[in-house]
Amino acid sequence: MFYFLTFGEVKIQIFVEFYSPQTDILNMKLTWWKLLAILILLYVIIGGFMFDVPKLNILNESIRNLYFHVPMWFGMIISLLISVIFSVIYLAKGNAKSDIQAAEYANTGIVFGVLGLLTGMVWAQYTWGSYWSGDPKQNASAIGLLIYLAYFVLRGSFTDDQQRARISAIYNIFSFPALIALLFILPRLTDSLHPGNGGNPGFNAYDLDSRMRLLFYPSILGFTLLGVWISSLRVRIRLVRNRIYGIE
Amino acid sequence: MKEVMLEWRQRLAFNSILLYIGSTIFVCYLSFGVRSNELSPITWNVVFWIIMLFVSINAMAKSFADEQKGRHFYYYTLASPQAVILAKMVYNSLLMIVFSVTALLFYSMVLGNPVEDMTFFFLAILLGATGFSSTLTLISGIAYKAAAGASLMAILSFPVILPMLLMLIRLSKNSIDGLARSVSYDEIVTLMSVNVMLAAVSYVLFPYLWRS
Repeated sequence: MFYFLTFGEVKIQIFVEFYSPQTDILNMKLTWWKLLAILILLYVIIGGFMFDVPKLNILNESIRNLYFHVPMWFGMIISLLISVIFSVIYLAKGNAKSDIQAAEYANTGIVFGVLGLLTGMVWAQYTWGSYWSGDPKQNASAIGLLIYLAYFVLRGSFTDDQQRARISAIYNIFSFPALIALLFILPRLTDSLHPGNGGNPGFNAYDLDSRMRLLFYPSILGFTLLGVWISSLRVRIRLVRNRIYGIE
Repeated sequence: MKEVMLEWRQRLAFNSILLYIGSTIFVCYLSFGVRSNELSPITWNVVFWIIMLFVSINAMAKSFADEQKGRHFYYYTLASPQAVILAKMVYNSLLMIVFSVTALLFYSMVLGNPVEDMTFFFLAILLGATGFSSTLTLISGIAYKAAAGASLMAILSFPVILPMLLMLIRLSKNSIDGLARSVSYDEIVTLMSVNVMLAAVSYVLFPYLWRS
């Protein structure tokens, strides 16, 4: 996916490398955590489909979705949290780079959110009987995505760069508590079809032999690292583009 | 406090919102037609809160937009941004309480009133009014700076305000059914903490908005 994203920019990167003496933002080194992400994700993809899972009624093999669906939400929350942190840094320091970082991490968060919804919907079709059953958590995450789509609409409505950066940072910080309330407090107040809510046993009850945990925790780490990687690539592309056009 | 008095002078906005409330409720009444006495409490409740949502968005959208350009600079020299946002939030809360009570009176006049625990319903209204105003005041400032008008205001505020709205609807549903008050302590505590949190965040963030 990231190769796909960068493909169109290769020309620009070569161009800059050639003409610009500063190559600090262009280092394409494969650092250790990127290698780690690749290895973990390979392990998760292979293991997620091949390893033994507990045989349970209704869930059957679909329990494997735990390895892919739940990490998406972790990836989303962590990306959005990083985005908010960069917004705070922007308001404190006022450097254009943190604004770009905030926007790109929010972008990655949205991608994770959409993937989380899609993987959840496919799973729900086979276990709950329909793609969308109005589950509180489904609704809450859809609304949460709306917040960040609104964030990008807001960004689009400014012409002045500084103005856009400051005010979208304010909105980003302001809406984060609402998102937290939405995702973590509200679904707790009502019954949900999700495992672990409303009398349904959580997944913890299933994998007491901790075989699944051996895959689940690495999967969270792997997808989070992938998210950070994608965002950092996109930030670099934006910085390169800004430098070419002389905006910075 | 001076702010509150200053805002009060602009009664044109106030009257227009009152008229807005009146006509919206009347539209609802006419749309339900003669069957309005068969309205189920759930529908009654939901329609009431949706009216309140739109009223508050319309009322708050005016809290920055209707002021002349020069006045912001005047405030800027006169008071700290913290004082301005606090005054605006207090004023908007008072305004929303007044609007909610008038809306409730008119609404129950034309569409009946199924509420059993009225004091508790008033508590829901109070929480709703303060919650809406603490959320929407900052957002109206943002929308004002973006100069994109009321549609942006709606886009920005809906997702942020939805959790609050859902909790309010549940709380007032409990009071309509006359459930024991201890049932809804959960909602009240959550609502109050969300209100305080959002107000605190706007208090911290507003100086940055004001400066630009």
